[in-house]
Amino acid sequence: MENIINSIKNRFKKKSDSVSFGEFLLNNAIYFIIGGIVLFIIIREPTFLSFAVIKNILTQSSVRLILALGVGGIIILQGTDLSLGKNVGFAAIITASFLQSFSYGARFYETLPDWVWNVDSLGVVVGFQWYFYIFVLLIAMTVSAFFSAINGIVVAKFKVHPFLATLGGSVALYGILLLYFNISASGPQPIGSLDPTYSSFVGIWDVFGFEIPLLVIYAIIITIIMWFVWNKTVFGKNMFAVGGNPEAAKISGVNVFKTTVLVYLLAGVLYGLGGYLEAARVGSANSAFGLNYELDAIAACVVGGISFSGGIGKISGAVAGVLMFTVITYGMVYLGIDAYYQYIIKGVIIVAAVALDTRKYIKKT
Amino acid sequence: MDKKILLQIKNLSKSFTGVTVLDKVEITLKSGTIHALMGENGAGKSTLMKCLFGIYTQDEGEFFLNGEKFNFTDPKHALEQGVSMVHQELNQVLQRTVVDNIWLGRYPKKGLFVDEKKMLEDTIKLFESIQVDIDPTRKLADLSVSQRQMVEIVKAVSYDAKVIVLDEPTSSLTANEVAKLFQIMNTLKNQGIGLIYISHKMEEIFAIADYVTVLRDGNYIGTNPIAELDMDSIIKMMVGRDLKNRFPNKLHNIGDVVLEVKNLSTIYEPRVMDVSFDLRKGEILGLSGLVGSRRTELLEAIFGARSRESGELYLNGKLIKNDSTVKAIANGFALITEERRETGIYPVSDITFNSTIANIHAYRSKVGLLVSSKMNKDTTRQVDKMNIKINSNSQLIRTLSGGNQQKVIIARWLLLNPDILLMDEPTRGIDVGAKYEIYQLMLDLVSQGKSIIMVSSEMPELLGITDRIGVMSNGRLAGIVDTKTTKQEELFKLTTKYL
Repeated sequence: MENIINSIKNRFKKKSDSVSFGEFLLNNAIYFIIGGIVLFIIIREPTFLSFAVIKNILTQSSVRLILALGVGGIIILQGTDLSLGKNVGFAAIITASFLQSFSYGARFYETLPDWVWNVDSLGVVVGFQWYFYIFVLLIAMTVSAFFSAINGIVVAKFKVHPFLATLGGSVALYGILLLYFNISASGPQPIGSLDPTYSSFVGIWDVFGFEIPLLVIYAIIITIIMWFVWNKTVFGKNMFAVGGNPEAAKISGVNVFKTTVLVYLLAGVLYGLGGYLEAARVGSANSAFGLNYELDAIAACVVGGISFSGGIGKISGAVAGVLMFTVITYGMVYLGIDAYYQYIIKGVIIVAAVALDTRKYIKKT
Repeated sequence: MDKKILLQIKNLSKSFTGVTVLDKVEITLKSGTIHALMGENGAGKSTLMKCLFGIYTQDEGEFFLNGEKFNFTDPKHALEQGVSMVHQELNQVLQRTVVDNIWLGRYPKKGLFVDEKKMLEDTIKLFESIQVDIDPTRKLADLSVSQRQMVEIVKAVSYDAKVIVLDEPTSSLTANEVAKLFQIMNTLKNQGIGLIYISHKMEEIFAIADYVTVLRDGNYIGTNPIAELDMDSIIKMMVGRDLKNRFPNKLHNIGDVVLEVKNLSTIYEPRVMDVSFDLRKGEILGLSGLVGSRRTELLEAIFGARSRESGELYLNGKLIKNDSTVKAIANGFALITEERRETGIYPVSDITFNSTIANIHAYRSKVGLLVSSKMNKDTTRQVDKMNIKINSNSQLIRTLSGGNQQKVIIARWLLLNPDILLMDEPTRGIDVGAKYEIYQLMLDLVSQGKSIIMVSSEMPELLGITDRIGVMSNGRLAGIVDTKTTKQEELFKLTTKYL
């Protein structure tokens, strides 16, 4: 393989285009912007460059990145997903409703079947069975995947614009979420007092004194898996083809319907995982959980160069977009910038990033 | 050498809403030959291909592949059977690499993942077998049109194609690229593949084709070996029609020069290069040329919708800028676009809206609100004057026929009282009766002292109502002829002047 690639590289070396400096700047604008902002913050507040700060930024980026990788695929299909937040919220509520501490009095489910409990030799409940944690994760992922796949079917089958399909999906899902939230044995109230083992899933992994947040590990694993899915599988390649030119994909025999639904379904699986982890990180879940998460995730994707025009985007772009957002948010807090100004600055950055991105594709007449 | 018959099209007929576009057309393609399909714009070549590839269903006629009767359901089906088409407008995923595009829809797998190595090796083998020299790892967006075409040809070959249809592949290629394409075509031919080559370019036909089939107005004119033909005989086959009396009488009163275009060139592709001509008061100047000869782009450049690199416009002897459409309109220009549905009408708005929108400022009251009674009055006046058939002014324009829609658009511009009308294929998709009325309208306008530049792909109408005809060829103006004295053969030769 290496040989072939090298021989091709050599054969065509003379023909490779030289990219002008301006184009280079334009193509990598986001990295320069991140670099510039980090530099600015460090100059103002040198303590920003510390392990603790980096750890916090990475932790805060983790779930957001998992969600961005889900919606990123949908954006590559020329779509968008406004139901992401509600989907994550529902997954978080489901997770929390099952995984409250056994000793808590006002649990969402007063009783759970016997098999979920781990009992000691005296027959006293000490916690959940290990496989119940996985079981709940699977439920969260399945539910999210189900609702997201419905969006995909509506988009692919009935040709409803993704903005509207997922807007409607989001509203309907919120209703379902509230119905679920209200079946609680103790009435509709925030679901807290989560199981300590479950909470420890988002804790710290101590490697010879290096405290590595587990969330970061999860995000890295998901990123690697998604990199392979996007770049090395038939499904991934079909996703880019359908997003880039659905007609060409169809003529070449790609099942556009199946590909579209699978992309939404996969996004749903990631939302489910995101909700599962996010509930543990926050420590409780209520009916407003996940509010505006879709905006953060979509904004991070487009800032990272996953283009709304479809067919264009990289995993590294999503990572860069998410990191940039967290760095800016965290950095502004670190510098003590007024929250109101933070909104203005973030808004301007989103629009500026997309404007830069669009410049690459404008056809001149 | 006796060659096997690969593909046969027999007795193919197709009509749309009563208009016959193909009438008993025949083609017999033998293996290892290049078969040219020729005919003017609208002769039925595209319809023929669309029937072959299952995009349209034929009314009559049969297809045979290797002696077996078949009907393709769609282009994908045809591709799998070894019949593929390289379109003029390439349908590719530009954001992806050459390799990804060639194997799209049938990526080889190795375990969970795509077998990139096999894909790359197979691609290189294919490239070597027909001597294509492109880096297969590059994105299509970074390749030239000719390279993208070659990728499409390679893709066809990778499906083990027996028949490849090339639709005007050389229309945007340089001489070197054409030579390279021909070399590849000859390689394919020697491998026993049959090629159908659609082209207008005589020199190319004589350079590469073995057989020539000519269509004219949907009729099958004949198939001959190239050796039995010369340029004149082909042109005669293509244009040898008699002009019926389909046009109103014209009484042109030609005045002084109103518009002078000097050395006009545009910046961005597709480019117009160094075009100079003048237009007189009361004149209809036709613009002829092949599809892609950039007649539309020339109109857009004059109208300020396309960036100019150089050149000047003089209106009544005065230098004007016209570097935006707003300025062009202020200078008395109007552009009636070719794509009526896309850039002409506002389909879900009513006739009053559609006719007054370009002149909407004129209908404001003192406080800035629009006076609908005035808008309706003007609309009614135009509707009556132009004999537009409508039920009421509040009817949605999309419910009208093409001819009446076109009249409403013309009415819109006439409310601005322009002096120079740029009309791009004004009768396209309009039935014969309505065409006559549009012609009458145009003649009325020039008799009132307005001037018209009309782009048209229909030879009869150019010869029928224009005073002079300019011929565009590959972005340049190949010449201007007097309509009264010209012959179709002369026009045809001009269209290929800069190819």
